[in-house]
Amino acid sequence: MEIIVLLKQVPATDSLVAIADDGVSIKTDDLNWVINPYDEFAVEEALRIREAQGGTVTIVTIGPDKAVEAIRTALAMGADKGVLINDPAALAADGLGAARILAAAVGQLPYDLIIAGQRAVDDENFQVGPAVAELLNIPSITLVIQEEINDGTIRCHRTVEGGTVVLESPLPMLFTTQRGLNEPRYASLPGVMKAKKKPLDTKTLADLGLDAGDFSQPLVRIQAMRLPPERTGGRIIDGDDAAAKAAELVRLLHEEAKVI
Amino acid sequence: MSQNVLAITEQAGDHFRKVTYEILSEGKRLAAALGGSLTALVLGSGITELAAGAGEYGADRILAADDDTLAEYTTEAYAGVCAGVIDSESPAIVITGASTQGKDLMARLSARLNAALATDCVALALEDGQLMASRYMYGGKILADVRLSGSPQLVTIRPNAMAVEKTAGEGKLETVAVDAGEPRIRFIEKKMETGKVDITEADIVVSGGRGMGGPDFSVVEALAAELEAAVGASRSAVDEGWRPFSDQVGQTGKVVSPSLYVACGISGAIQHLAGMSSSKVIVAVNKDAEAPIFAKADYGIVGDLFEVVPRITEEVKKLKNS
Ligand SMILES: Cc1cc2nc3c(=O)[nH]c(=O)nc-3n(C[C@H](O)[C@H](O)[C@H](O)COP(=O)(O)OP(=O)(O)OC[C@H]3O[C@@H](n4cnc5c(N)ncnc54)[C@H](O)[C@@H]3O)c2cc1C
Ligand SMILES: Nc1ncnc2c1ncn2[C@@H]1O[C@H](COP(=O)(O)O)[C@@H](O)[C@H]1O
Repeated sequence: MEIIVLLKQVPATDSLVAIADDGVSIKTDDLNWVINPYDEFAVEEALRIREAQGGTVTIVTIGPDKAVEAIRTALAMGADKGVLINDPAALAADGLGAARILAAAVGQLPYDLIIAGQRAVDDENFQVGPAVAELLNIPSITLVIQEEINDGTIRCHRTVEGGTVVLESPLPMLFTTQRGLNEPRYASLPGVMKAKKKPLDTKTLADLGLDAGDFSQPLVRIQAMRLPPERTGGRIIDGDDAAAKAAELVRLLHEEAKVI
Repeated sequence: MSQNVLAITEQAGDHFRKVTYEILSEGKRLAAALGGSLTALVLGSGITELAAGAGEYGADRILAADDDTLAEYTTEAYAGVCAGVIDSESPAIVITGASTQGKDLMARLSARLNAALATDCVALALEDGQLMASRYMYGGKILADVRLSGSPQLVTIRPNAMAVEKTAGEGKLETVAVDAGEPRIRFIEKKMETGKVDITEADIVVSGGRGMGGPDFSVVEALAAELEAAVGASRSAVDEGWRPFSDQVGQTGKVVSPSLYVACGISGAIQHLAGMSSSKVIVAVNKDAEAPIFAKADYGIVGDLFEVVPRITEEVKKLKNS
C-alpha cells in the first residue's frame, strides 16, 4: 500500500496571532509551529494502515524551510519519506493553487491512498483535499472517523450533521480526517534519531514540471485582515443565591439580550 | 457570463435546512445588486414538491434534479449534476451552505471548474462586480476579507451568520436531466441520531466541560431541552469519553455561531473560544471567578453548575409559562 499524506505546518492552536504590517498576513516571528492537527490524524492513520498492510508512507508538504521540522516530526512518528515543495511561488498560492501543486507532486509518485486533513487550521479552506482528488481524477470522501480496507476497496464512515454515513470507494482514492479517527502517537526518541536518516527531498515548482507564472494570479486574494470584534467580558450576575442569580440571568436574556 | 446567482439548496428529509433559507436570501441580495436573477438548484430524490418552496425565499427559477441516484449525497454524483448546470447556466456566483455537504461539494467543484472558492463566509459584498467575502481564519482569531476573481465564484456561508428574508421570486420550476454516470463511490448506509439537532445548526447551544465531572450531562440536557437547544461539549469532556466527538466545539471540533451559547463548567481555553466566540450572546457558568471564559461572556454566573443550571432551567420554564 503506497500511502501519501498531505501535511501542512501551521501555527500552534494556542498561539496568539497578530496581524503583520502589510495588513494581509500574520506576524510569524514568535509563533510555535506544529503539524496541522488534522494532518497529524492523517499521519497516524497512514501508519496504522501500513502496519496492517505493509507499504510506504510518504509525506508531501508545501512550505518554507522551517516546514522541514513538521516533516521530520512525521518521519519520527514513523513515516518513511518526505517531499518538501519549497518555492516562493508555491507559498503564495491560494487553496486551489496549493491543490494543483500537490496534485502535480503526488502525480510523480506511486499511490494507492492519499490522506489529507479536513482543513488546515490556519487558512481553514476545507478545500485542498477534495480538490487534489478531483485534479487526479480519483474519488474523495471527507470527514472520515473510521475506515477499513479490503481487496482494493475502502469503506469510510463520514461524519455529517446529526450522524454518520458509510461510503465505499475503490482505491486509489483520497480521504480527509475528522477528529475521532485515532489518537496520534508521539514521536519516540529512537524515532527521532531514525528520522534524521530518512529521505527528504526538496523540490521547486520547476522540478514538478510547473511554471511559477501560473501561480502568480491566485483566484482568491486576502485584501485585509482584522481582529474580530473583541468580546469584552460582560456582566457577572450578582444575587443572594443560585436561584436569584438564575432568575436575573433569565430576565436579562429575555428582556435585554432578547435571545430567549 | 451572466449576472445571475445559483443557489444550491440542501434538505434534511422533507424540509430544507435552515441554511438553505439563508443562502437563498443572501443569493437574492447578491442577484439584485448584480442586476441578475436567482436560480435555486435542488438535488435529491422525490424533491420536486419541496423544490417549489424555494420560490418563497426569492428564487426566480428553480431547477429540480430529481433522481434516485441523488437520494443520498455523494460527492461525484452531486458534483456532476452541479457542474452540468453551472456549465449551461454560467452563473456569476454559486452559493451554498457551509455544511458537511456544501463544503465537500464546493471543494471538488472548485477544482473541476478552476473557480475561486471562499468557504464558511460570514459576510459577502460586491465590489466592481467581484465578490468580497469575510471569513474567519486561524481558529477564529482573524477575520479576513478575501477578493474572488474569475468565473464562476464559489462561496459557502456559515450557518446562522446571515439574515433570512422571505421575498417571493417567480419560482418557475424546471427539471434538470440527471445522468449520474457510473459513480465510483457507493452509499452503504446512514446512521442518524434521531431527533438530534446538530450543534452547527442550532439556534441555541448549551455546552458542558470538564466541570461536569462525569458522563452524566442531565442538568445540561434538561436546560437544552427547555431552550430547544443542542448540547455541545469541550474537548476535555469529549476526551474523557463523556460526549461523542460530534459534540465538540472548538478549533478541532465544530464552529458554532448560535444566538445563545451557554458554557457550563468550561474554562474558556483559546481552542474552545475558537469554536464559539462568534455566538451572538455568551453565558458562562463556572465556579471559578477567575476562569478566562468570563472575559468573553456577556453574562456570567459564578457558582456550582449543579446548583445554578437547574435553577436556570426552572426560570426558563416559568418564563415560557408566563
Ligand atoms: C491542538 C489542540 C486542539 C484543541 N482543540 C480543542 C477544541 O476544539 N475544543 C476544546 O474545547 N478544546 C480544545 N483543546 C483543549 C483546550 O486547550 C482545553 O484543554 C479544553 O478546552 C479545556 O476543557 P474544559 O474547559 O472543559 O476543561 P478545564 O479547562 O479543565 O475547565 C473546567 C472548568 O470547569 C470549572 N468547574 C469545575 N467544576 C465545576 C462546577 N461544579 N461548577 C461550575 N464550574 C466548574 C472549573 O472552574 C474550570 O474552569 C485543544 C487543545 C489542543 C492542544
Ligand atoms: N501547504 C500544504 N502542504 C501540504 N498539504 C496541504 C497544504 N495546504 C493544505 N494541505 C492539505 O489539505 C488539507 C486541507 O487544507 P485547507 O483546504 O487549506 O483547509 C490540509 O489538512 C492538508 O492535508
